[in-house]
Amino acid sequence: MTQLVWNGLFVGSFYALVALGYSMVYGIIKLLNFAHGDLYMLGAFTGFAVLGAVGGVPGGMALPLLLAVLLVTMAVTGLAGVALERIAYRPLRRAPRLSLLITAVGTSFALEYGMRAAAGADPRVYPVRLGGTSLEILGARLTLQQLVLVGVAVVLMAGLNLLVTRTREGRAMRAIALDPRTSALMGIDVDAVISRTFFIGSALAGAAGVMAGAYYGKIDFLMGFLIGLKAFTAAVIGGIGNIPGTMLGGLLLGLLESFGTFWLGGEWRDVFAFGVLILFLTVRPTGLLGERVTERV
Amino acid sequence: MTTAKVRRLGTDRPPSLASRLMGNRWAGLAGLLVAILAPFVDATPYALSVMTSAAIAVMLAAGLNIVVGYCGLLDLGYVAFFAVGAYTSGVLATRFQLPLLATVPAVIVVTVVAGIVIGAPTLRLRSDYLAIVTLGFGEIIRITANNLEVTGGPSGIYGIPPLVEHPAAFYYVTVAVVSLAVLGSARLGRSRLGRAWRFVREDEDAAEAMGVHTYRVKLAAYIAGAVWGGLAGVLFAAQLSAVSPGSFTFLASALVLMAVVLGGMGSVSGVVVGAVVISILPEILRDLADYRFLLFGVLLIAVMLLRPQGLWPARSREVP
Repeated sequence: MTQLVWNGLFVGSFYALVALGYSMVYGIIKLLNFAHGDLYMLGAFTGFAVLGAVGGVPGGMALPLLLAVLLVTMAVTGLAGVALERIAYRPLRRAPRLSLLITAVGTSFALEYGMRAAAGADPRVYPVRLGGTSLEILGARLTLQQLVLVGVAVVLMAGLNLLVTRTREGRAMRAIALDPRTSALMGIDVDAVISRTFFIGSALAGAAGVMAGAYYGKIDFLMGFLIGLKAFTAAVIGGIGNIPGTMLGGLLLGLLESFGTFWLGGEWRDVFAFGVLILFLTVRPTGLLGERVTERV
Repeated sequence: MTTAKVRRLGTDRPPSLASRLMGNRWAGLAGLLVAILAPFVDATPYALSVMTSAAIAVMLAAGLNIVVGYCGLLDLGYVAFFAVGAYTSGVLATRFQLPLLATVPAVIVVTVVAGIVIGAPTLRLRSDYLAIVTLGFGEIIRITANNLEVTGGPSGIYGIPPLVEHPAAFYYVTVAVVSLAVLGSARLGRSRLGRAWRFVREDEDAAEAMGVHTYRVKLAAYIAGAVWGGLAGVLFAAQLSAVSPGSFTFLASALVLMAVVLGGMGSVSGVVVGAVVISILPEILRDLADYRFLLFGVLLIAVMLLRPQGLWPARSREVP
């Protein structure tokens, strides 16, 4: 029982990390970035490449090394996110929403199959796996590694929350989310803030990618597709565009899946998750913490 | 707005020779003629199977065009209906020894229900939510087919009876059905309902204000698309005599979407050409197999950036 809760929270923290980028981008420019899950995949592969370049991993150094790789990867995926926005999304900002969505689908395809062309279609085994001794906490088995990864996720999320609620940058983001045109009139460089939002969101997805690689031990070029869907589900459960809500949604989805797998069996896990998504959109489309918005005409 | 600016939108510039040919009613007949004559050029089993697949792709694209092209609802799980049709037909045919033709009414009923189940709760929402819900729906259908006993699990259903015995005869049956479907979607597009669809696509709020019941109209588009997809599924089951979950991935949905976008959303002749290109090009470019989908992705972005109306845009009938 406690094991189920822990597993759920653990997977949930991954979902939450990926969902945050989704949610931020959606909150600020109302774009569903379908390619977001693929940035997570890109992160996993970047981490893979960096670890490969570093060479062998000495046993005791695994954790600090992993953290260093995490930072490098975040920078790379962050820049990739900025580039995507610049090339594929910015020119279409005033175009019909349909065009933007289709571009996002194309971007996702280009990333997935670009990676396939670059790294091959077969799954890769991650060069670093933190085995670690397992601890008994409240009747559940946990490895040190799991705790560290959850810890990193919590730190990243807390940092993001501070950034959005306490800094000038965060205030600019919130202003643009409310009204981009007025924000521009007030002297906010809208393009720059949107770029930085993409950077932060993509960097978080990249971090989650590396962590998933180290945790599951296997990566492949399609790994982002499903996680993208799940992350969106998490964002919707909590309230898309709402940062604490998204974190909550991620954890909740993780828990739901963990228990759903237990009750229904692993093969129905994804069906269960998307069922929850459809249910939520039908009953409460604004999510648990989202506010009811009226569409401006 | 200057005239030049307006013209760049593509809908009301003087028609070029190409678009006049595409818009001409003879274009459809010419296309049909090409489809009829094609087996006389090359009737190897391989060529026939490629041509039959292309015809089925045309039907799928015509169906998705109703949803995305006419009504502006992005459906990213369109093959779910294709799967529902193929599986319904396949299960009924193999379990109850029915001829495929007899399964068609059941397929229509089941796809309509599927369209309502997924459309009814989500069509009230923002259109981008619909996109992702349909994506999830596509996955749900595929995973369900993969896990259920009645659908044969991962290996699927096999031994589905053919519609007609000879491959060439089946090709002509397919062409006939697909032509009717394409014609039907074109006529729907010009009907009163079709005008309502375009109105909803262009400006939902204005449509609502002018008395269009937008929810009902969108649901109608959705159901029509579902039926087209389901019937294409029957053809697909008949062609392969087997269905398995592997044929209904997101990739398949994306390829149909690609055909619609490339051809020009809302333009029937454009979409037909788009579907033929999408299904035949990979056969020609076999060597590029690894780069094929990368190319498709880049092409999607490029079309949206450079030519959002598609390669053969629909010409508006309202503006002379």
